[in-house]
Amino acid sequence: MEAVNALVLLGNYVIVPGLAYGSQLGLSALGVTLIYGVLRFSNFAHGDTMAFGAMIALLVTWLLQSMEISIAPLPTALLALPVAIAGTALLVLAFDYGVYRHFRRVKASPVVFVIASTGVMFVMQGLIRFIVGPNDRNLADGSRFIVRARDFKDAFGLNEGLAIKASQVLTLGITIVLVLWLFWFLHRTKTGKAMRAYADNEDLARLSGISPQTVVMLAWTLTAALATTAGVLYGLDKTFKPLIYFHLLLPTFAAAIVGGLGNPLGALAGGFIVAFSEIGITYAYKRFLVYILPESMEPAGLVQLLSTEYKFAVSFFILVVVLLVRPTGIFAGRSA
Amino acid sequence: MSYLVAKDLVGGYGDTTILHGCSLTADCGRISVIVGPNGAGKSTAMKAILGLVKVTAGSVVLGGKNLDGLSPQARVRRGMAIVPQVENVFPSLTVQENLEMGAYLRRDPINDTLEEIYELFPVLADMRLKTAGNLSGGQRQQLAVGRALMTKPTTVLLDEPTAGVAPIVIATLFDMIIRVAERNIAILMCEQNASQALAIADVGFVLVQGRNRHTGSGPELLANPEVRRSFLGG
Ligand SMILES: Nc1ncnc2c1ncn2[C@@H]1O[C@H](COP(=O)(O)OP(=O)(O)O)[C@@H](O)[C@H]1O
Ligand SMILES: [Mg+2]
Repeated sequence: MEAVNALVLLGNYVIVPGLAYGSQLGLSALGVTLIYGVLRFSNFAHGDTMAFGAMIALLVTWLLQSMEISIAPLPTALLALPVAIAGTALLVLAFDYGVYRHFRRVKASPVVFVIASTGVMFVMQGLIRFIVGPNDRNLADGSRFIVRARDFKDAFGLNEGLAIKASQVLTLGITIVLVLWLFWFLHRTKTGKAMRAYADNEDLARLSGISPQTVVMLAWTLTAALATTAGVLYGLDKTFKPLIYFHLLLPTFAAAIVGGLGNPLGALAGGFIVAFSEIGITYAYKRFLVYILPESMEPAGLVQLLSTEYKFAVSFFILVVVLLVRPTGIFAGRSA
Repeated sequence: MSYLVAKDLVGGYGDTTILHGCSLTADCGRISVIVGPNGAGKSTAMKAILGLVKVTAGSVVLGGKNLDGLSPQARVRRGMAIVPQVENVFPSLTVQENLEMGAYLRRDPINDTLEEIYELFPVLADMRLKTAGNLSGGQRQQLAVGRALMTKPTTVLLDEPTAGVAPIVIATLFDMIIRVAERNIAILMCEQNASQALAIADVGFVLVQGRNRHTGSGPELLANPEVRRSFLGG
């Protein structure tokens, strides 16, 4: 019984949230890695691309709510997602046309692109603050829980309950579908193969007649879709707050770099590695240990490796270690 | 007149002129070989023929049609294909995907061509699901040639197909090139392994500092004492 309680406790506070957060980071890191693979730079505006996508979803959700359109028990934001993706795609394509295209033409170095993307980031931040302001907004409606902690306890006669939020199941489900589709697209369609070919060897791709313009536009569109979906799922799971998305930039890059920049499968795995490290290191294991250790060995403190406020240090640490020890990531990617 | 005629090409990179009036030809079903010291401009000449390098004077004529001013892609559509010296495959794509990408511009079914390539290079058939990055040097070069053949070209430009390939594989590669030429394809290639390459050449060009130094049939050049002394190591 004690062991089961311990397991449920861990499931409730580490495994279930980790799976959801890992999926969100994985989707976000996929976007970063796609842009790196095709355009060869780290897109610092990616966090705010997520914020922008989530913001459109929020606005459309408000509109739908005011029209009393709902898909309950599913959140209305899901209905808004396609519109949000389209809007975000238009925005990033506009930035590509207005900013990055110029730097491609003059064959600017990757550093210039990174700085340009930082500029784009500030513009996006301004845009978002101008439209919805900096505050917390509630994106979620529909039913909140699939399994409630109390019901779980009663059903199994345990001390500990396992709560599963609708947003967590949605996150996992949508991530699986989107990732399967993305890999099917990249490996089974002519256009997807052309995109991988372009990322592999740009000159040979040109010689083969693959149009750089098409590949670049496709990469931005896919990135917009991934970032928006990640942003909306994160917003449903936690809350919509513009600054939070900016903060997600660090774990996103840690995930993409752990997985090897430019490697989609690696980015996904990296998302889960970073998520579980962050949650696993900031979780207080005291109650867990109380269940599995004899009374005499009961821990005095919280047994928390790092307090939650420092969770970003985990990503930072992972990032630094990977860059020092294995700059191409655990799964071979391009050099970061 | 030859099928491919590049005449008096002058050109280079930016302000540096590398080619100072060099002329090359290739014929369907024949092998033309360019040899010459490192930095002579062999690769540059091939890039100029494909339109990858700016040409300020001279002309390129393919099958009686002038190609001047056309983009590399347009030249590929007219029947040219190139196998670059390095980075000539997509390393993270499978062998089959590499070949498919070679046929990217084609709108007709490519299965027959794929089967032809696999017949020509049986080793590629065995490895069709392997990633190109895992191939050996010789296999990779065969893939690079196969990729170029996917557009059903009339003319193939090969830049040092045996560079970085194990010595025992070099003869096999030359055999393959002969078999490609036998399909009535015009081959223009440059080579470091000069004597081996000239041995299979119908026409040979010795290029020095962007200019033609000697021209002749393969056997002629191999027999020429000056060519032997300066370029074939005695
Ligand atoms: N991309 C380039 N930009 C500037 N100069 C180049 C470039 N590629 C080659 N060169 C120069 O052009 C000359 C001829 O090079 P290349 O055609 O590669 O010779 P080869 O193939 O005969 O060894 C060399 O001096 C080389 O340094
Ligand atoms: Mg060369």
